[in-house]
Amino acid sequence: MSVSLTLLGLLEREPSHGYDLKRDYDAFFGRGKPLPFGQVYATLGRLARDGKVVVGDPEAGDGPDRKRYVITEAGATEFEDWLSEPVAAEPHLQTVLFSKVVLALMLGRDAERYLDTQRAAHLKRMRELTEVKRSGSLVDALLADHGLFHLESDLRWIDLTAARLDALAAEVTAR
Amino acid sequence: MTAPLLEARGVTLSFGETPALRGADLAVDAGEVLAVMGPSGSGKSTLLHCLAGILAPDGGEVHFDGRRIDRLGEQERSTLRRDSFGFVFQFGQLVPELSAEENVALPLLLGGARRADALARARAWFPKLGLDGLERRRSGELSGGQAQRVALARGLVAEPRVLFADEPTGALDSLTGEHVMDLLVDSARSQGTTVVLVTHEARIAAYADRETIVRDGRATSLTGRAAR
Repeated sequence: MSVSLTLLGLLEREPSHGYDLKRDYDAFFGRGKPLPFGQVYATLGRLARDGKVVVGDPEAGDGPDRKRYVITEAGATEFEDWLSEPVAAEPHLQTVLFSKVVLALMLGRDAERYLDTQRAAHLKRMRELTEVKRSGSLVDALLADHGLFHLESDLRWIDLTAARLDALAAEVTAR
Repeated sequence: MTAPLLEARGVTLSFGETPALRGADLAVDAGEVLAVMGPSGSGKSTLLHCLAGILAPDGGEVHFDGRRIDRLGEQERSTLRRDSFGFVFQFGQLVPELSAEENVALPLLLGGARRADALARARAWFPKLGLDGLERRRSGELSGGQAQRVALARGLVAEPRVLFADEPTGALDSLTGEHVMDLLVDSARSQGTTVVLVTHEARIAAYADRETIVRDGRATSLTGRAAR
């Protein structure tokens, strides 16, 4: 899961200091692995270099944390493109799927639509693997089955998440 | 794009005070295998029953082959089901007093076929579905997978325009279920039968050409009908 896209998503919500970004990243996406300050500022530096964010005017009492970062049009476009595209349907996607849902809810985007798009991408891949299984050898079927079972797990998670969206939205926007 | 073979438009149906369908739209093309997915209680089986003329909706329309069928009387719907539709349910629902071949022949017998002809056509299905030698068995003497294959033969023997399959593998283990699905899809395609497959299992839905999700009594197509 890309730290830079997550930070862009958090900045799409509102202009923020590096400290606030780290705090929210750790709370929602860190999962017990806090983001080092060094990585926060290095990532913001790269985003600024690439024109995805700009540094706002320094505020009174300037320290390193007094810089506010603001997302640019280019940054917002990159983030929106990423959010609206389904992830390629491969196993072990939990962090990307999770981050997209949380960020969509945080920003008031249509998370259910994202989940529907992702479900369609998963089912399309499952149809392809089922066809491989039906037309190929037993060895092909064995490999296809491994992919199918993992994609099915993702789909169960997608269905459960879709059923919980209202409660999740309340939780991620309550802060 | 040609008109769909089977279509629901804004179908509503309540059981007492409880709404089961709240305006469901769905279209199935001739020859298509469509999976209808959704969580338990979403209304997917009720939608299938409305499409198949088993239940009459409270509102909306159901069209089959250019003809509106939701307003037909019970007798006409019964005739339509017998002549144009086949069914497979979660539990084979074979008639226990009849042999396997008599069960398969039932739709033909009900349609007025001579007994000898009906049984001959029924028997032709046994080798196709790997059921050789089981023609005279009763349902209590068949395994779950065998019984479901007999039910599949019964659903297809009269060469229906549409086969409605409601959780056809729900009572089977994974491997047996996939075997039944292989046979169902191959058999339906070889005789040009359209399939409406209700399932909550993604692995089973993956046998279909496309899927639609029923949620809170409404249907959402994830992928559009193929241009034909």
